[in-house]
Amino acid sequence: MCRGAPVIDLRQHNAAFCEEHFLRFCRSQVTKTIEKHQMFGPTDRILVAVSGGKDSLALWDMLDELGYTTEGLTIGLGIDNYSDQSTEMTRRFAAERGLALQVVDLAATYGFSVPDAAGRTGRVPCSACGLSKRHVFDQVAREGGFDVVVTGHNLDDEAAVLFGNVMRWQDDYLGRQRPVLAEGDGFPRKAKPLVRLTERETAAWCLLRGIDYVLDECPMADGNNHLAYKELLNTLEERTPGAKQDFYLGFLRQGLRHFEQGSDTARTDLRACEECGAPTSADRCSFCRLRERASTTSVTVELGSTKHPTGATS
Amino acid sequence: MKVTIRNPRRELEIEGPIRVRDLVSSLGFHRDAVLVIVDGRLVTDDTTITDDADVEIRRVISGGDV
Ligand code: SF4
Ligand SMILES: [Zn+2]
Ligand SMILES: [Zn+2]
Repeated sequence: MCRGAPVIDLRQHNAAFCEEHFLRFCRSQVTKTIEKHQMFGPTDRILVAVSGGKDSLALWDMLDELGYTTEGLTIGLGIDNYSDQSTEMTRRFAAERGLALQVVDLAATYGFSVPDAAGRTGRVPCSACGLSKRHVFDQVAREGGFDVVVTGHNLDDEAAVLFGNVMRWQDDYLGRQRPVLAEGDGFPRKAKPLVRLTERETAAWCLLRGIDYVLDECPMADGNNHLAYKELLNTLEERTPGAKQDFYLGFLRQGLRHFEQGSDTARTDLRACEECGAPTSADRCSFCRLRERASTTSVTVELGSTKHPTGATS
Repeated sequence: MKVTIRNPRRELEIEGPIRVRDLVSSLGFHRDAVLVIVDGRLVTDDTTITDDADVEIRRVISGGDV
């Protein structure tokens, strides 16, 4: 039996863990997830999507510690202090560990920030932000020859997304809510190795491992349902420990197979975006269309040539 | 004892001794939404915090369309 001082209780497992055993527990949860879903192997090159928050830094730390070959990618979103602080913390984390990090600044590379995109197109910030992040991750992965892009989505994130998808019965989203999405049609493989850890656990990992992460929340996050769903699920968890885990892992085990994984018919007409080469069913991909409307250079582009003066490479 | 709640930051004076579990629920937090750090160390729910301790309650819930 363990005689170390307890540092955290995990009620869903009905036990208190000492530091050493807690860290071991986290590693085994992640290893199990990677193996069970065949996310990647020891020789794969892994691109880690890093935000500077607890989840992505814990993920990067764990994968590096487990001996995987990783490179980080962080995106400067241009959201006030929040983005500067996030990039700074990510840089420091990578430098301290001698890890390779790419930083792509949206404004410098593409001519717009997330607040620009929201203000100029009327799009919800998180939607413009999500679209931009996915685009940049896909592109860097494609051009850099990475085998997989990994993100720090945790159990609370996935359970909240699942809750939202069920509330609206979005069968297409439910079919795609997988811990790993296979590569294909020019898109890289995507994996979420932290889906068995709660956010309390990823935060505790950072704390115990001495990882400084961004504590501030993105100021543009307000007003979406994601947080409300998390609260609801935590209320349930309080009454029934393990409820979040049962809900999400039960979905993977029993629910997911009843939903189709995307519509293959929509994908048969995919071609390369005229501007950036990303797979798209239109002439130009949704990111290039967003960029045209969001960047300050869009006026000249609309009046003059049909192409942007600079190619959208990172 | 001094209790610092982080993100957003807020400071409170609370009378000890008090158990971690009771402190968390009296402030209206879900237990899965916070970590409690006493004198720089992570502690479990049934730890009793003495009145001279320095306490941080760190919220761990992230928002946004991650
Ligand atoms: S909260 Fe929304 S705007 Fe902020 S980083 Fe996350 S997705 Fe982007
Ligand atoms: Zn132990
Ligand atoms: Zn494009």
